[in-house]
Amino acid sequence: MKRSVGILLCVWSQLAIWPDAFGAEPLDTIIIDVGRDQQTRIAVVPFRLAPQVEGLGQMSDVIAFDLARSGDFAPTEEQNMLSFPSIPRDVFFRDWRILGVEYLVIGRAASAAEGNVAVDYHLYHVDTERMLTEDRISASPAKWRDVAHRISDVVYEEITGVRGAFSTRILYVLAENPGTSAASYRLELADSDGERSRTLFQSSEPIMSPGWAPDSRSVAYVSFETGRPAIVVQNLLSNARELLPRFTGINGSPVFSPDGNRLALVSSRDGNPEIYVMNLADRSLRRITRHPGIDTEPSWTPDGRGLVFTSERGGRPQIYQLELTTNLVDRLTFTGRYNARARLLDDGRHLVFVHRVDGVDHIAWQDLEQGDVRVLTETRLDESPSLAPNGSMLIYATQHEGKGILAVVSIDGAVRYRLPSSSGDVREPAWSPFLDALGGNI
Amino acid sequence: MMRDFVQVGLVKRSARSLFAALFAMFIVAGCSSSGVPEEPAAPPAEPTQVEPTEPVTPPEPEPSDFGSDNQPVWPGTNRPLDRTFYFDFDRSVIKPADLNALDTHAKILRRNSDRRIVIEGHCDERGTREYNLALGERRSNAVRSYLTSAGVSARQIETVSYGEERPADPGHDESAWSRNRRAIMQYR
Repeated sequence: MKRSVGILLCVWSQLAIWPDAFGAEPLDTIIIDVGRDQQTRIAVVPFRLAPQVEGLGQMSDVIAFDLARSGDFAPTEEQNMLSFPSIPRDVFFRDWRILGVEYLVIGRAASAAEGNVAVDYHLYHVDTERMLTEDRISASPAKWRDVAHRISDVVYEEITGVRGAFSTRILYVLAENPGTSAASYRLELADSDGERSRTLFQSSEPIMSPGWAPDSRSVAYVSFETGRPAIVVQNLLSNARELLPRFTGINGSPVFSPDGNRLALVSSRDGNPEIYVMNLADRSLRRITRHPGIDTEPSWTPDGRGLVFTSERGGRPQIYQLELTTNLVDRLTFTGRYNARARLLDDGRHLVFVHRVDGVDHIAWQDLEQGDVRVLTETRLDESPSLAPNGSMLIYATQHEGKGILAVVSIDGAVRYRLPSSSGDVREPAWSPFLDALGGNI
Repeated sequence: MMRDFVQVGLVKRSARSLFAALFAMFIVAGCSSSGVPEEPAAPPAEPTQVEPTEPVTPPEPEPSDFGSDNQPVWPGTNRPLDRTFYFDFDRSVIKPADLNALDTHAKILRRNSDRRIVIEGHCDERGTREYNLALGERRSNAVRSYLTSAGVSARQIETVSYGEERPADPGHDESAWSRNRRAIMQYR
């Protein structure tokens, strides 16, 4: 099923100069460790930029890069293209058929009213010579990357039938010199390809466990800025931060409910770590678990009626599911002696989690009905799996050459790539829900 | 000059909390009990006035429980008392080798009931971060339980877990991990 192709996508770096991503290092490559055997061949022709908008980056590069990262597509390299159409009447399908290209994307950008840029694009099926979709997107020139990701989403869905998740964001923690007097911890927000990162909060004390509100307008995380752990909710539009009421001991693992009205969290105020649910409207707290062992790492079932969580109640950390109305608990994981920090897929029937094999932590996937466990990663110290909103991939933290980095793996384990890293340790990624990157300000 | 003042302050503090020392001072000063101030309300004596009194009396002043960094020392020495205690992987059981140091901390904390400590719990990087936050808390609680069992007031002790977020050694091997699985007592 798997093959190690080790493709360096440095071709894209020759096509465009990528701005800094993930800190100081220029992004030049995303390294695809494993790819699919069967990939759809698609050509994304360089978009023609009208003179007034020449300063824009090349959207076709971003689109091709998005599609390549999905693992489902093999974009045609620009140097192999025989023609460079940007409007429908310049498309000659034989130029693409010769190359074995199955799908073709062309486009152009011109200046539009109110300082905007208008981007027209078209997607063709080469064999049938049919245009599958076309659209015009008007946006501020500063949003050219969002326009490109939107086009990627449309192309991806048109061809695969699965909603694209390229117009999304990721949160992560960037730690430099942790544990020293020069320690710096930053909560970062970036595009799903790692571009355009910005710092949401910086502290000399640890930051942990970032996660998204379902409306993508705010995030919750744990900050030690007061010298002890506190849960913070930060609005992404105003940047206003609020420390939630703190209790003695741990205040951790904040996770918004699917309706956004509640926050599952962990507190040890009653003596040992237990899971609580906070009603965000009145800040009332309901204790959910009662067990002398560790209960932690809650996350919601997609219907908001239950939680999955890590518990030691069986002697070793395993994943359990709890129904909030009845408080009935089922154990979900039985393979291995250490299973933790689970997230349910949207179907509620599949789980991803940290799974220890021979003392090494990997990310695993489990079918809850069949019980099958599939280990998705092969590196060490893999943790913090976070699902893309379309469920096709997950992002996780791992180590590479002694540094914390982020990597992405498809849910079937067939595609895997690493995001470029910075000078510090990158960790605890959280993939956003679907969001309106073009219309919103996040 | 600054250092002299600090030393005077330390002598006063330990004398206040040590019955034996107090008793010795009564005799030396020839005071009635009502003459010994409980609080250092009066301004500290000039160092030049304190120093000459020491050689006059044969008994040495009771050595301080604390070194110049205000952290505890092994009694009767200047040697820092161990404040970092290591744990086995995924465990929160205090090692027998640490009991002597912990018993000494308990004695010092009982003698100095005005001193407060924070016990930090830490983990190595293996395992998930929030689970390690819980494990770190368990380690700091293990130390706290030992001290309170030995008679230290729970009011003197705070605990905080940092999980795996503040490693002592940034490495990724067993030697780094063994240094990171620890509880640290910080005297305030």
